[in-house]
Amino acid sequence: MILAILITFFAAGAAPLVASRAGRRTGWILSLVPAGLFAYFATWIPAIQGGEIVRVAVDWVPQFGVEFAFVLDGLSLLFALLITGLGTAILAYAGAYLEGNPDIGRFYVSLIAFMGAMLGVVLADDLIAMFVFWELTSITSYLLIGFKHEKAYARKSALQALLVTGGGGLALLAGVILLASAGGTTSITGLLAAETPITEHALYLPAFILIAIGAFTKSAQFPFHFWLPNAMAAPTPVSAFLHSATMVKAGVYLLARLDPLLGGTAAWTWSLSVVGAITMLVGAIAAVRHTDLKNVLAYSTITALGTLVVLIGLSYPAALKAAIVFLIVHSLYKSVLFLVAGSVDHETGTRDVLALGGLRSKMPYSFGAALLAGLSMAGLPPLFGFVGKELTYKAKLGVEGIGWMLPSVAVIANALTVIAAAILVIRPFFGRYNSPKRAHEAPFAMWIGPVIIGGAGLVLGIVPGILAGIVAPAVDAVAGEPVPIKLALWYGLNTALLLSVITVLLGAFGAWKMDALRMGLQHFDALRRAGPEAVYDRLMNGLPRLAEWQTSFFQGGSLRTYLAATITTLVALVGGTYLWQVGIVVPWSAPDLMPIEIVVTGIVAVSALAVTVVRSRLVAVTALGVVGVGVALLFVLFSAPDLAMTQFLVEILIVVIVLLVMQHLPDEVNRTSLGRRIRDAGIAVGAGAVVTVLLLSVGQTPVSRHLSDFFGETAVPGGFGRNVVNVILVDFRALDTLGEIAVIAIAALGVFVLVKMNAPLDGLTRPAHPSVVLQTGTRLLMSVLLLASLFMLWRGHNEPGGGFIGGLVAAAALVLYTIAYRQAGTERMLRVAPRVLIGSGLAVALASGLFAVMAGKTYLTGLWAGIETGTGVLKLGTPLLFDVGVFLTVVGVVMTMVLALERISTAPPPLMDGEGEGTQEPGTQGERIRPPSRRAPTAPETSEKLPAS
Amino acid sequence: MSDLLVLPVVIPLATMVATLLAWRAIRLQRILHLIGAAGLAVASIVVAVSVWNGGIMHLQVGSWSSPFGITLVADVLSAAMLVVVGLTGAAVGVYAVGSIDGERERFGFYPLYHALLMGVSGAFLAGDLFNLYVWFEVMLISSFVLLVLGNETEQVRGASTYVIINLVSSLCFLAAIGLLYGLTGSLNLADLASRLPGVGEPALVTTIAMLFLIAFGIKAAVFPLFFWLPASYHTPPVAVSAIFAGLLTKVGVYALIRVFTLLFTQDIGYTHTMLLGIAMLTMITGVLGAAAQFEFRKVLSFHIVSQIGYMVLGLALFTPLALLGAVFYIIHHIIVKTNLFLVSGLAHRFGDTFELKSLGGLYRSKPWLAILFAIPALSLAGLPPLSGFWAKFVIIRAGLETEAYVAVAVALVVGLLTLYSMTKIWNEAFWKPLVSADRTSEADSERAVNEGLLPAPSLAWTVTPVVVLALITLGIGLYAEPLAIVADRAADELLLPEAYVEAVLGSGVAENQSLP
Repeated sequence: MILAILITFFAAGAAPLVASRAGRRTGWILSLVPAGLFAYFATWIPAIQGGEIVRVAVDWVPQFGVEFAFVLDGLSLLFALLITGLGTAILAYAGAYLEGNPDIGRFYVSLIAFMGAMLGVVLADDLIAMFVFWELTSITSYLLIGFKHEKAYARKSALQALLVTGGGGLALLAGVILLASAGGTTSITGLLAAETPITEHALYLPAFILIAIGAFTKSAQFPFHFWLPNAMAAPTPVSAFLHSATMVKAGVYLLARLDPLLGGTAAWTWSLSVVGAITMLVGAIAAVRHTDLKNVLAYSTITALGTLVVLIGLSYPAALKAAIVFLIVHSLYKSVLFLVAGSVDHETGTRDVLALGGLRSKMPYSFGAALLAGLSMAGLPPLFGFVGKELTYKAKLGVEGIGWMLPSVAVIANALTVIAAAILVIRPFFGRYNSPKRAHEAPFAMWIGPVIIGGAGLVLGIVPGILAGIVAPAVDAVAGEPVPIKLALWYGLNTALLLSVITVLLGAFGAWKMDALRMGLQHFDALRRAGPEAVYDRLMNGLPRLAEWQTSFFQGGSLRTYLAATITTLVALVGGTYLWQVGIVVPWSAPDLMPIEIVVTGIVAVSALAVTVVRSRLVAVTALGVVGVGVALLFVLFSAPDLAMTQFLVEILIVVIVLLVMQHLPDEVNRTSLGRRIRDAGIAVGAGAVVTVLLLSVGQTPVSRHLSDFFGETAVPGGFGRNVVNVILVDFRALDTLGEIAVIAIAALGVFVLVKMNAPLDGLTRPAHPSVVLQTGTRLLMSVLLLASLFMLWRGHNEPGGGFIGGLVAAAALVLYTIAYRQAGTERMLRVAPRVLIGSGLAVALASGLFAVMAGKTYLTGLWAGIETGTGVLKLGTPLLFDVGVFLTVVGVVMTMVLALERISTAPPPLMDGEGEGTQEPGTQGERIRPPSRRAPTAPETSEKLPAS
Repeated sequence: MSDLLVLPVVIPLATMVATLLAWRAIRLQRILHLIGAAGLAVASIVVAVSVWNGGIMHLQVGSWSSPFGITLVADVLSAAMLVVVGLTGAAVGVYAVGSIDGERERFGFYPLYHALLMGVSGAFLAGDLFNLYVWFEVMLISSFVLLVLGNETEQVRGASTYVIINLVSSLCFLAAIGLLYGLTGSLNLADLASRLPGVGEPALVTTIAMLFLIAFGIKAAVFPLFFWLPASYHTPPVAVSAIFAGLLTKVGVYALIRVFTLLFTQDIGYTHTMLLGIAMLTMITGVLGAAAQFEFRKVLSFHIVSQIGYMVLGLALFTPLALLGAVFYIIHHIIVKTNLFLVSGLAHRFGDTFELKSLGGLYRSKPWLAILFAIPALSLAGLPPLSGFWAKFVIIRAGLETEAYVAVAVALVVGLLTLYSMTKIWNEAFWKPLVSADRTSEADSERAVNEGLLPAPSLAWTVTPVVVLALITLGIGLYAEPLAIVADRAADELLLPEAYVEAVLGSGVAENQSLP
């Protein structure tokens, strides 16, 4: 059984190959697959008839309790036979129908894959596995409906079918998960065997509703029915297979399968019979309003599906028997009529019955098949349709409580179906010959199938008993108990027969008065225009509008807004949580501050405020420098000389760098409206308040000093250094430092990229302004500074200093040199590009840790050796080497930035003017989401370059 | 054995240094790049196998014991994430060789790429908050430079939004670390986990947790902190977008999962309810954002946001099944999302544009590309039998079991809208006939130039990774059990922080705490 499904999918994969090799015989060859499967399933009939139920299962995802389980019982066998039997005819038919179409290969891929998925749905015994196949039918049918994908209508219809059935599929997923958790297993057999009925479980109702939505969407029940007529955009063989006989019956199958589990409750009976009845009427009325053969067929399919849902909803043996028989009846006649409609379309070039007539002599075989199917559809004896309708009437008459409602609806719907059958058969085939194209009989492959299936309808009508072997086990499976089955054409005179007669008479009268009837039914069109499809359309139109509105609201494009939103969230979430959790508590305690600390803090605060309010960029930068220096002073006050030195050096370099780019920045900072600035100030103050309150709160809790104590105690004996900060940097937490020097290295690369990439500055000649005094002085000073930097590096492990500070001092020296000798001079003097310094620095730091690995220790473990000198033991170790790496990286980083920036600082300003777009305050001009433009925004050849170009 | 743990950091760093030193030798850089990417993939698999066999691994870098030195820790979650990093890193690495232009190669694409991988790998290994911060910085700065690499106006604009908002994240993160250090005197995650309950300030800890939520929430691009993502991801070359899309936000999600299972579980009723709300809003705003877009990569970018919501939802529900779902979702999503971006690059290559309105006809002209798109796209929408189905299935089941019905409804509807978005791309780029009327001969000549510029072999460089990733998606879909088992064990470990603490600190936790 599993193999059968696998074979189908394999065949789907092989279809393009077959199509490219076999040419005209493609359809025949591929139809061997379903034919073989049909034969295989047919061999099971005796066993199943004997009451056997075959179950095969392999573990799929045991973690989720999902099995790849399949079961063959009466119901699944019936469906499998229908799918493969009709599949054989349709695959053969499609070969001729689409002959010469270049896409025939992919057509067969989707069609056969669909068939496999459908077999999976009806055979699966695991709810989740069933759902997987269920969704596969949606996807494959999407591809099939959109087969003529170059037409907008086909694309729209395919999408509609996918979204409606896919939406239902999601409901179904939730439903089956609820069902599985209520029943404790995903196995349908297991659920059926459960002791306590699911219907008494608290989750029954939600599970049932969700599953029903899934089934209703798939089986085109009101109000989800509208996708089905649109799905007629698919090639006709697809419509014949999917939208009459198989896919739309998946919902019916599901309801039938779960009937013993979920059925029998008031919710089940009422919702199914009401929805089914409405669907019957809606479909039947619309069917006779149309003149396109496929539309008539589509709406009459909806009627039939409604009938089936009603019957399953009634859920007692006679109704279920009627449902199973009617299901077979409908599959047979509907597939024939679809295929003949396809043939007519193929041979005459139109499907509009008003443009057709008298084809019976031109297309005799197709006519014969259509006539048989049409009579079956109308429910006339001695065709199988008559048997089906008799049973249906009997079943509906048997309901207590509803009285005549249901039979009346059925009579009306069936009478309209008789009319529809008349439209389908009488209009095109009788009367005066009429055809846009010279009509002749369709190819053999296109009429043999319909003739056989149509003939089967006749045979089964005369001797329905031969089908009992298939129908009985199917009814047993749906009913959940053995049901005695007797099928006959003639049950004697009874009410059902009377209803049949009334139906046919009404239908014949209607067909005779067709035009008047159509006029009368026109009034229902208004209803349809306001119906569910209109809702769908409104949703589909509204969605992009809603989406656009919300996107422009949230993603307007202004950085300033984004920042405001982000920080507001911070204030609201963190501040709100504080108020909610801690309460309105100001954790204030008199701070123990020295006057100097207060003064420095005050300077920092005032300068920070100044940065935000001054108009001149120069003043702002200066104020920012004051903030930095103030912080450095605080470091000094808190006895952190290393931090202070680093901070000072960084501040100095920032000033240099800012000066280098200053002339390319607009002098005045752009201003926004006062209102926005007040708002932003409010947000900023809020954020500051939140952080302050948190800091004060934390400050009131006792600090655990286990880390700092350990560092203090271990630095000398374990790290061989008296400068704890440096030991932390190069030893205790060397990995952090390694990461951080990588960060600054990348940052330098970033500056390099931003300044030099796509910037044709290399050809520029610049006037040199060598100042001999400056140059001479610089050489002297530089030597001193470089020596000092090496000293800093060397002593750093024990005294304030280290690789960072040393590197910054060395870089300062080189920056000085650059000011005197310009970029070219520095490059000449350095001989290597600064990025080589970066690379070597990183390499040294990286490698210093590897010595430990070679010695069998963990990466970055310090290895130390003592060297006897005159004054004592000199300790040398890999952490010092690491620090050398830091030193080199820092020098390389600063020089990369400065040399790159020095270049633009000396470039003639006019080049930059008026192009400051990229360097403006990013917030002042947002990257609005623009209407889609044809030009690729990122295509290198079309985009504008940065100001530097 | 635990020494292996430095490899996922050291290999990319070594590759970065080597390619930096081989600056002018582009061919050599490419070779080093490929070796480095392959080395990372192999190392991550080796680490994962050791973790799987031997349980949680930890390494004290520099031999300084926990909590004093820096600890690298790999549990099943970290190990799984590393494997995915190795895998996507290699796949995108190969794609990059076939697609990155010479100019970007000359300006350091390869060193930057490996710097990014180092940051991401380090973040998944960090067992120390400040070390995690360092890796975040490595990631941030390298991704920023990768974003601007090329210096196109769009890029610089997107990158400024990106870097400024992410710096706010860094700031929050650093502040939060400082506050937590002030409370506990510790940075080591395991040490923090064992100390926080003893601090006696649950309300304050919850408040600080919210600061972490902001910091990592920005990284993960959750509502309403995601602005930087759609503003920037469509601007750099496809290989860059792809690796960003796959990895960056997931580091944020990982960090959220880590701290909200290990550290901040003292008030789940508050913190995880907050996460639940955020998750739902993230799903909705992201998917609606995508519905409004008509640019291939913008659609995909908004979907990242939306999908992050599912992962956060898994964390918020906080049951074993939900966490399993979150882990499964992350791994599935990285593969699928990376691949979708790579496919967008192929579509661009054949259609000369990312604008869906101007694309078309690819189903007819490049049917293989249609299949390669369909697999990750349908997987993203959660359709069976692809990886995304199982991811969504587990999350939804977990939601139903915890009776979070609203969240389940949101997740389902968002799934449908995701399908809507994916079919929009399918309709426009693949099914719709190419409208040649508004495409001038100029475009054709451009294409001719492009095709001339890109020699035939480079197509194999770009297509192979897409095929491999698609096969993985399909493989997970058809046989989800192995990944389900991995995710299950990861979830179990997450819900048992005591084991994590003991693995790192040893059974002598009390001894450490008794230190003055």
